[in-house]
Amino acid sequence: MSAPYVRPLDVKRGRVDLSHGSGGRAMAQLIEELFASELANEYLAQGDDGARLGRPDGRLVVATDSHVVSPLFFPGGDIGCLSVHGTINDVAVMGAEPLYLAASFILEEGYPLADLARIVASMAAASTAAGVPVVTGDTKVVERGKADGVFITTTGVGVLRNGVDCSGAYARHGDTVLLSGSIGEHGMAIMSLRENLSFEAPILSDTAALHGLIATLLAAVPDLRVMRDATRGGVATTLNEIARQSGVGMLIDEAAIRVRAPVEAACELLGLDPLYVANEGKLVIVCPPQRTDAALAALRSHPLGAEASVIGRVHAGPGNFVQMQTRLGGRRIVDWLSGDQLPRIC
Amino acid sequence: MKYIDEFRSGELAAGLSTAIRRDAHAGRQYRLMEFCGGHTHAISRYGLIDLLPPNVRMIHGPGCPVCVLPIGRIDQAIRLAREQGAIVATYADTLRVPASQQLTLLRAKAQGADIQMVYSTTDALAIARAHPGREVVFLAIGFETTTPPTAVAVLAAEAEGLANFSILCNHVLTPAAMHAILAAPNGVPIDGFVGPAHVSTVIGSAPYEPFADDYGKPVVIAGFEPLDVLRAIHMLIHQVNDGRAAVENEFTRAVTREGNRRAQAIVDQVFELREAFEWRGLGTIPNSALRLRPRFADYDAERRFAAPYIPVKDNKACACGEILRGEKRPQDCRIFGTVCTPENPIGSCMVSTEGACAAHYTFGRFREAAA
Repeated sequence: MSAPYVRPLDVKRGRVDLSHGSGGRAMAQLIEELFASELANEYLAQGDDGARLGRPDGRLVVATDSHVVSPLFFPGGDIGCLSVHGTINDVAVMGAEPLYLAASFILEEGYPLADLARIVASMAAASTAAGVPVVTGDTKVVERGKADGVFITTTGVGVLRNGVDCSGAYARHGDTVLLSGSIGEHGMAIMSLRENLSFEAPILSDTAALHGLIATLLAAVPDLRVMRDATRGGVATTLNEIARQSGVGMLIDEAAIRVRAPVEAACELLGLDPLYVANEGKLVIVCPPQRTDAALAALRSHPLGAEASVIGRVHAGPGNFVQMQTRLGGRRIVDWLSGDQLPRIC
Repeated sequence: MKYIDEFRSGELAAGLSTAIRRDAHAGRQYRLMEFCGGHTHAISRYGLIDLLPPNVRMIHGPGCPVCVLPIGRIDQAIRLAREQGAIVATYADTLRVPASQQLTLLRAKAQGADIQMVYSTTDALAIARAHPGREVVFLAIGFETTTPPTAVAVLAAEAEGLANFSILCNHVLTPAAMHAILAAPNGVPIDGFVGPAHVSTVIGSAPYEPFADDYGKPVVIAGFEPLDVLRAIHMLIHQVNDGRAAVENEFTRAVTREGNRRAQAIVDQVFELREAFEWRGLGTIPNSALRLRPRFADYDAERRFAAPYIPVKDNKACACGEILRGEKRPQDCRIFGTVCTPENPIGSCMVSTEGACAAHYTFGRFREAAA
């Protein structure tokens, strides 16, 4: 397609201005040269307001997620790949195979086009690596001060695998609780940046698309009860959500939960509990007891689940609390988070 | 992690637990008060109760800075923000302490008052520098641990001529509160104290000697790590068994008898004793708090603005008073966990997880459900 623009977009020095959201030529040029060129696929190439998709064989799963992370670039990732991973994971934990993404951008006037291009390139790379194309999108520009650089909302569509039926409501007495790896890395990668904490080895966000890990897991154990990615509010919040939805309690073993040393150190310094710190590539699984070994083996066979462990079990007891056996040998509740521990983490 | 794991070892904890069970005489009760909220938090968070025999009972003390702050003090800060248009800067937990008319600093902020959360007095000074046309009041709270940073802030403001900065001073004194608890006519019986950790790094261990010498109460100063607490309990049990009352120091890695002389000198330079100060739960205690010396009157928000302290009665249903004096446990309060929760605290003990009620609600309330 030959562009009707006299000069190409000045991605190096240019900035988002209000005309980029006006619906006019400037907007068309931004979309064409900065978005469509990176995210190119047959659906975007249709050039219409929406994307015409094939009808998948099975029940559809849809999930949507807004991303307002601050700062936009952080060790281990940025808002671009995060917005792809986050929504793919929301679709995948339902037991579905993610097929398509839609992306909506809110841009702040004055935001450097070079940074926007980096974000879009990171989105494109994440989308290609995951095999889930961005098939349609939208861009709006708001005046300076009305947003913080870039906000991205992504929506994902997937198709449910045959015979798979996972829900936060299905945990039962006697089930085991598994965790796919070490916790707190995404939240502390961002917090250490915000608080100017530096470590010998920087903490990298664990942001990752989990649908491959989930496919491996479901191939081995299709009758899992619950899968959930432990994002905002951390593993503690995810466990409480499942316990409430299923009307059960849990007993978790603190010693079985892996926390990397720099994460532990940063949490200690800032007075945070890693159990409540966000992850962007960690899975909590509830599994029938007799399937535990198979699930653990499947998780560990995949690079994103190499450090998976059984962290506890489901029980039905008075109050249905999520309890934890502490390393010290005592017992305590792992409660819902009270107040806001870390704003704008994803 | 080095220097952390050593103080949280399950193996060492099991050893201490066995020693405590062995040495605590089955025929007697050991009623030990941990004064500090930091200890209350450690006991609840690590489930240390499970490592103690039933005849060793921990009584939560009043050493939680936001817990002892009376309603009238928060009202005063809200008035400064609303009526004087001041920016009020304070530490996070203070934002949720209940004030009059169902307000908190957080709710006043939502209604338009300029309340800002800071991590340190340095942040508060930065706000004052950034807003030269506004009055900036730092709502200073806390025991002897947080007092030196406030003193340093006042000296810094004076040195750089920061004329729009002042302090609403609510700094209180640990030994005065311990005296009040021991001198209460119908007070709770206490066999010994787990003594403050961070407070003692500043004031040293000497100020506790009267509790051993005059009141005959053993005191063991302990760090905030769970093994510190268990070891201090074990040391207290030995003192009780031997019929001794002495000030012992478990936290030798940070506390000396003299404390931090330099911090003490700075505090003494800036602050003087208040004749009387009202504490939530403990009532008005003489010589139990600090105010700025007259030389620093310009930096004293109470003198700078017409913002007198107006006492306000606590909510009648709330048992924070009895809980802070050790007379009741959180679960004995009628509104614990029903009307009063960490999301909607009625009493100040439900605000911070250093508070007895919030600590028990957050970490320990399964015990009653199971009983």
